[in-house]
Amino acid sequence: MLNSKTCTILAAAVLTAQAGWAQEVRVYNWSDYIDEDLLAKFEEETGLELIYDVFDSNEVLETKLLAGGSGYDVVVPTGTFLQRQIAAGAFQPLDKSKLSNIGNLWDVVQARTETYDPDGNYSINYMWGTTGIGVNVGKVTELLGEDAPIASLDLIFNPANMEKLAECGVHFLDAPTELIPAALKYIGQDPDSKDEDVLAMAEPVLAAVRPFVQKYHSSEYISALANGDICVAFGWSGDILQSRDRAIEAENGVEIAYNAPTEGALMWFDQMAIPVDAPNPEGAHAFLNFILDAQNMAAASNYVYYANGNAASKEFLVEDVINDPAIYPDEATLATLYTTTPYDAGAQRFVTRMWTRIKSGT
Amino acid sequence: MNLRRFTLISVPYFWLLCLFLVPFLIVLKISLSDVALSIPPYTPTLELSEGWAGVRDFLSQLDFENFRFLATDDLYWKSYLSSVQIALISTTICLLIGFPIAYGMANAPQEWQPTLMLLVILPFWTSFLIRVYSLIGILSQEGMLNQFLMWIGIINEPLTILNTNIAVYIGIVYTYLPFMILPIYATLIKLDGSLLEAAEDLGCSRTEAFWRITIPLSKAGIIAGCFLVFIPALGEFVIPSLLGGSDTLMIGKVLYEEFFANRDWPVAGAVAVILLLILIIPIVLYQRNEQKMMEADK
Repeated sequence: MLNSKTCTILAAAVLTAQAGWAQEVRVYNWSDYIDEDLLAKFEEETGLELIYDVFDSNEVLETKLLAGGSGYDVVVPTGTFLQRQIAAGAFQPLDKSKLSNIGNLWDVVQARTETYDPDGNYSINYMWGTTGIGVNVGKVTELLGEDAPIASLDLIFNPANMEKLAECGVHFLDAPTELIPAALKYIGQDPDSKDEDVLAMAEPVLAAVRPFVQKYHSSEYISALANGDICVAFGWSGDILQSRDRAIEAENGVEIAYNAPTEGALMWFDQMAIPVDAPNPEGAHAFLNFILDAQNMAAASNYVYYANGNAASKEFLVEDVINDPAIYPDEATLATLYTTTPYDAGAQRFVTRMWTRIKSGT
Repeated sequence: MNLRRFTLISVPYFWLLCLFLVPFLIVLKISLSDVALSIPPYTPTLELSEGWAGVRDFLSQLDFENFRFLATDDLYWKSYLSSVQIALISTTICLLIGFPIAYGMANAPQEWQPTLMLLVILPFWTSFLIRVYSLIGILSQEGMLNQFLMWIGIINEPLTILNTNIAVYIGIVYTYLPFMILPIYATLIKLDGSLLEAAEDLGCSRTEAFWRITIPLSKAGIIAGCFLVFIPALGEFVIPSLLGGSDTLMIGKVLYEEFFANRDWPVAGAVAVILLLILIIPIVLYQRNEQKMMEADK
């Protein structure tokens, strides 16, 4: 996390020195979130120089945007964050006349992202996924038996299960906006609640399994799961599927499975948008249009195992992406998925404080 | 006034103004503001275009609410306390390791000294971040340290060091040790050896001479070294977040959470102002002490 941040700071310093250099497009995207061949392809097709930096938390991106002068032309916040950032005036409206491929967007996904960005005035969907449970099948069945509830929140929120799993290592995302809705869902409460009394009910659930969580981190689990260092991760669908893929490539005998919890999983949408003070909005639109191209988008999804919001890309998706219910959920699963909306300042402070208390015991 | 003298004096003051006072005033101003959903995420902002009315309006909107808020939640003082504790312990360990090294260096044959000095500075040639990352590789469950200890048979089960406070201490001591060694070495090297000979001639044992001559005369170096370790360790963020566990409580991490997770720049500002006050008090005491010593030397 920090090395990418340092790179970014350095990059930003270099950028300021070269402000007004219109031949560059600066993109700030999540780590492990694109097929890097696409970056070279973009440069080749447009003749623009692409500077591609990565982050692994919405908070870091948001702070940069709200500080102003981030120097980026394209950023990729998650829907809930995007909604608040639009309200803060952080983005410029898209000029859809420059996005000839915009017709490729998938109406099913559009309908859901309208909550965050009505009419898609400020953003296009890049990818979407669910937050769920990744397991090292061999180790988990060894510890919990063949009928281990690997597709249920019971696996990670029932202290009896977690106590046994602690032996082989459990990682949770370091993101209260992911864990608290899941904990609320587990106890049958509204996962999108903003009511402090309801939010507070998540605390005992999370605190009870706290002693058995080895680490709260939002990207380390990809390699930790693949190497067999940990056996359970509560994380993002595509990340866990990438980890499954890495384990297969390494032929290390580790078998990873991803499941969206049967109780219901959080569905999230990462949206590409253009900061209001983007140095090169022209180039930003070119990048967005490049991403909206069906084949490019399919290449990205085939590489990172996340579903995208591009209907036209479906025919170019490989078998084990389009037909994997962990990536493109079937109708039945889709019906159980839920979305959340942003916390206001008061609820946010309440949630952050609770998260600190859960993690540190203070 | 003599122009040359004025220039000489004004350089350090200008330095202080640009690199300390102005940034501090900006942080102080943010700490007195309120959160807002805008760019930047706080209000009010100073409207110089409206002239004096703008400034008056701006000042009237500032208050100490954020400082009051810090007092209502025990998280903050617990974090300050825990940071002070971690910084103090790290400084002590650095001193215990650093002094003998500096002493050894100062007493080594003259021709070795540049090499020894180089060895102390050598780690700085590698990025701080890379060195902390490599500590992860050394301290983890399957890391080199555990493998080595198991290989020589001291332990059977790997020790859990990474993601605990012990790892934070190891990280801080490792990173800041040169800052302890260098100022102590600088004072020891200037120590007049004839003083020790005189002490021995007058019947002091070697140990006694060490405590009565060497230590007092290297005090300035010891104090400087302690400050150079304590101050950055207190606000350390990178080391506890990479090596520490989720229960490692340090004010640097709290500051990060306020800033990034809560998007509450004003409270983050207030936390930073208090942190600065905690740091300034010992520095002021030290400065006064220094001044007294300099006056005594005259």
